[in-house]
Amino acid sequence: MKIGIPASLILYLFSLMAAPLVPGIINRVKARFGGRRGQPLLQPYYDLARLIRKGFVYSRTTTALIYWGPLLQLAALGTALTLLPLFPGVPPLLSMPGDYILLFYLLALGRLFTILAAMDTGSAFEGMGANREALFSALAEPALFIILATLVHRSGFLSLSQIFVESSAPLALPGAEVMILMAALYLILLSENARIPVDDPNTHLELTMIHEVMVLDHAGPDLAVIQYGVSLKLWLFMILLCQIVLSVLPNLGVLMPLLWLAALLIITISIGIVESTMARLQMRRVPQLLVAASALALVAYIVSR
Amino acid sequence: MKSSDHLLTHNGFAFPFNKCPILPLPRFQEGVLQQVHDGGRVSALFAMPQSTASHLLVAVISHDLEGLLAVLATEAAQHFPSLTPACPQVHLFEREIFEQMGIKPRNHPWLKPVRFPQTPGVKRKKNAVGVMDFYRLEGEQIHEVAVGPVHAGVIEPGHFRFQCQGELVHHLEISLGYQHRGIEEHLSGGPWPATLYQMEAAAGDTSIGHTLAYCQNMEALSGVRAPARAQAIRGLALELERLANHIGDLGALAGDVGFLPTATYCGAIRGDLLNMTAVVCGSRLGRGLLLPGGVAFDLDDRLIKTLLSRLKKAQQDVTSAVALLWDSSSVLSRFEGTGRITQAQAEEIGMVGPAVRASGVEQDVRHDHPTGIYQLFQVPMAVLTQGDVHSRAMVRWLEIQRSLAFCQDLLAHLPEGEVLMPLKNLASWHMAISLVEGWRGEICHVACSDAKGKVSRYKIVDPSFHNWFGLALALRGQAISDFPLCNKSFNLSYCGFDL
Repeated sequence: MKIGIPASLILYLFSLMAAPLVPGIINRVKARFGGRRGQPLLQPYYDLARLIRKGFVYSRTTTALIYWGPLLQLAALGTALTLLPLFPGVPPLLSMPGDYILLFYLLALGRLFTILAAMDTGSAFEGMGANREALFSALAEPALFIILATLVHRSGFLSLSQIFVESSAPLALPGAEVMILMAALYLILLSENARIPVDDPNTHLELTMIHEVMVLDHAGPDLAVIQYGVSLKLWLFMILLCQIVLSVLPNLGVLMPLLWLAALLIITISIGIVESTMARLQMRRVPQLLVAASALALVAYIVSR
Repeated sequence: MKSSDHLLTHNGFAFPFNKCPILPLPRFQEGVLQQVHDGGRVSALFAMPQSTASHLLVAVISHDLEGLLAVLATEAAQHFPSLTPACPQVHLFEREIFEQMGIKPRNHPWLKPVRFPQTPGVKRKKNAVGVMDFYRLEGEQIHEVAVGPVHAGVIEPGHFRFQCQGELVHHLEISLGYQHRGIEEHLSGGPWPATLYQMEAAAGDTSIGHTLAYCQNMEALSGVRAPARAQAIRGLALELERLANHIGDLGALAGDVGFLPTATYCGAIRGDLLNMTAVVCGSRLGRGLLLPGGVAFDLDDRLIKTLLSRLKKAQQDVTSAVALLWDSSSVLSRFEGTGRITQAQAEEIGMVGPAVRASGVEQDVRHDHPTGIYQLFQVPMAVLTQGDVHSRAMVRWLEIQRSLAFCQDLLAHLPEGEVLMPLKNLASWHMAISLVEGWRGEICHVACSDAKGKVSRYKIVDPSFHNWFGLALALRGQAISDFPLCNKSFNLSYCGFDL
C-alpha cells in the first residue's frame, strides 16, 4: 500500500491542530480524580487565543534572545514533527537515513533556545530552572538513543520512515521486550515533557519548578508560542510511543484510525492518572529515575539481539 | 528558683505591678539564664517606658512542667549586655527591644531591624523595608537566590535570601516587616473601640486565638470571669480554627509535592470547618464571636445538633482524604527526613506549637497552662520525635483527630447559663499575662495598666515570632527545591510577626 504526500500532509496538519487537546484531556482527568468537574476540554485553545491577543512585555535586562527563543524552539519542534511517521503505514513528510538522530537533536536545539532565553533574563530562578533542564535532558538522552538503537537493530533500517512504514513487522519482538521498551520510553516522555513525577506543570512554587520557571518572564504571544510548543512536544513523544505499541499489534485495516486514536487517548489518560495518584520525586532522585529508564532500554536492547 | 528574684503567677491572672521586684541588671540576666537553664522558656521579653531616661525590661518565663509563669523585671537605660550568646532564644526579642525603644543589646551577634517601623526621628528612606545587610557566602560555586517580598500565589509578603551551592542550601535568612501596622502602639491608652477588631486581625487566620488571649487579659485586669458556657464556646471556636487550619495545611502539603487528591479534598473540607464557625457567629474566621467578658453568640439545641452532624461528616471526609496521604509511598518519601529540626535545636531557639511537638518536646499551653474550658476538658498532647516534615504533618493529623473528638465531647456536655458578663474598669498599675495555644502554637499577650486603668503597654508575641528562625535552621543542608515543602510544614504567619 503506497500512500502519498497528501495523506502525510493531512496527518501533519491534524497533529498541529490536535496537539493542544492533549493537555486539556490530562487536566480533565486530574480534575475528576480530585472530585472536581474541571476546566473545558478546549481550555488550552482558549488560553492560546487569549495569550495571542495580548501585547509583548520584556524586561530591560534582556536581549533579542528572549524574543527569538520561543520562536526558534517552536520552529525546531515543528521541523522535528515532519520527520516522524505519524500514523502506521503513512510515511512522514521528510525522510532520510539517520533522520532519528536529526529528530532528537532538533528537540535538543529547541531546548537550547529555551534555556538561552531563560538565562537571558538574568533571574536566579530561571538560571536554576535552566540548570535543571540541561542536567535532566542530558540524562534522558542515553535512554532515548538506546531505544532508537533497539528499533534500528531489530528492523535493520536506518530511517524512521523505513522502520515504521516499510518493514512489515518492524519490531517482531515478543511481548516482554516491547513492554520494557515502552516503559523506558514512557518514563522519558514524562521527564522530557515536564510532567509528574519529574516536574509539576501546575505548581506556583518557583523554587521547585523546572520547565515552568524557565518561561516565567515570557508573556503574551511569546507564552502562547511556548505553551503550544509544549503540547507539540508531548504529542511527538506520544506518537512515538503509539507507533511502538501499534507496531506489535496486527494490522486491522479500516479500524486502524480508531485503534490509533484509542492508543493516543489511553496514553493521555494514563499521564493524567499518574499525575493524580503520585507525588513528585525529590529533585535529587530524578537522575535515578532517568538512569532507570536507560537501564530498562538497555535490557530491551540486549534481549532483542 | 529563688523566690525573691521574681514573681510567680498563672496563665490568665493579673497582679499589681509593684509586687514584681525590680532587680539590678546583672541579677535579672542571671535569673533569666538560670530559669532557662532549669527548663524555663522565654515567652516574652520586652521593654516599657518608665520615665524619659529609663525603661523597664520585663521577661516572662514559662515553666511548662510546673504550670507557672515567672516574671522578672529590671531597669535599663541606653544599653545592656546581650543575652543572646548565652541564650539564643532571646535573639529576636533583643533586636525588637533595640528597634522599639532604642536600648542597645551590646555584643548581639546579629543586631538587625525586625519590622522597620517608621519611627519618628529615625530617618529612613521611603520603601526601605527589607533594606539591610544579609549574611553572604563567597566563592565560585556559590550563588544567591532572593525570593519575595512579592510572591507568586496568594500569600503574604516576606523576603527570603538563600546562599546556595548548586541545589544545596547552606544558609537561609528571612526578612519580614512588610505588614507592620503598629498594633501594640495603637493599644496604648486603650482599650479603644477599635481594639477588638485589631486583635481579630493581628494574624487574620488566628482571629480566635489572638482575640481570646486579649479577652483573657481584659477579664483578668477587670476581675471578671467569663461564664462557663462562654468558656466552652470559646474552646469550641479555638478548636474549629485549629481544625480548619490544620486540615488546610495537610492539603497544602500534599499540593506542594504535587499529590492532587488530598490537596483538593482537604481544601474543600477546610471550607466545611470554616462554615461551622460561620453558623455560630456569621463569620468564617470567627470575627465578632469573642468579647471581653464572654461571647457574643449563644448556641441553641438546633445549632448544637447541626454542628454535631457536620463534625461527624467532616471527620469521615478528612479521615479518608488524609489516609490517601499516608498510604502513598511517593508522598512519604518526600516528607520523611526533609527539613529536620532536632530536639536540642528546637529547645535552644525556643520554638512553640506543633513544630516543637514534632521535634519531641512536650509543650502545649492547653495542657501546661490550661485556662477556661481546658481546665475541665483535656485534649491529649500529640508529640513525635523526628522533627521532619513528616512529623510536623503527622502531629497536625493527630491534633485534628483529638480536636474533633474534643469538639464533639464539648458539644454533648455544654455547660448551662449566661454567655456574657459585663466588663468592669481595669485595675490600675496591674499586669496580666495570657497564653493561648493557637493552631500555630503559643500566643502570648501581656497587658500593663497605668494609674487611670488604661493600657500603658501591650505586648503581643505570635507563635511565628518564635518559629521563623526554626524554618531557617530546617533549610540548612537541604535542597532548595524542598523549601516550599518545609515552609508549608511550618506555615508561619507574616502579619502575626509583623504586627
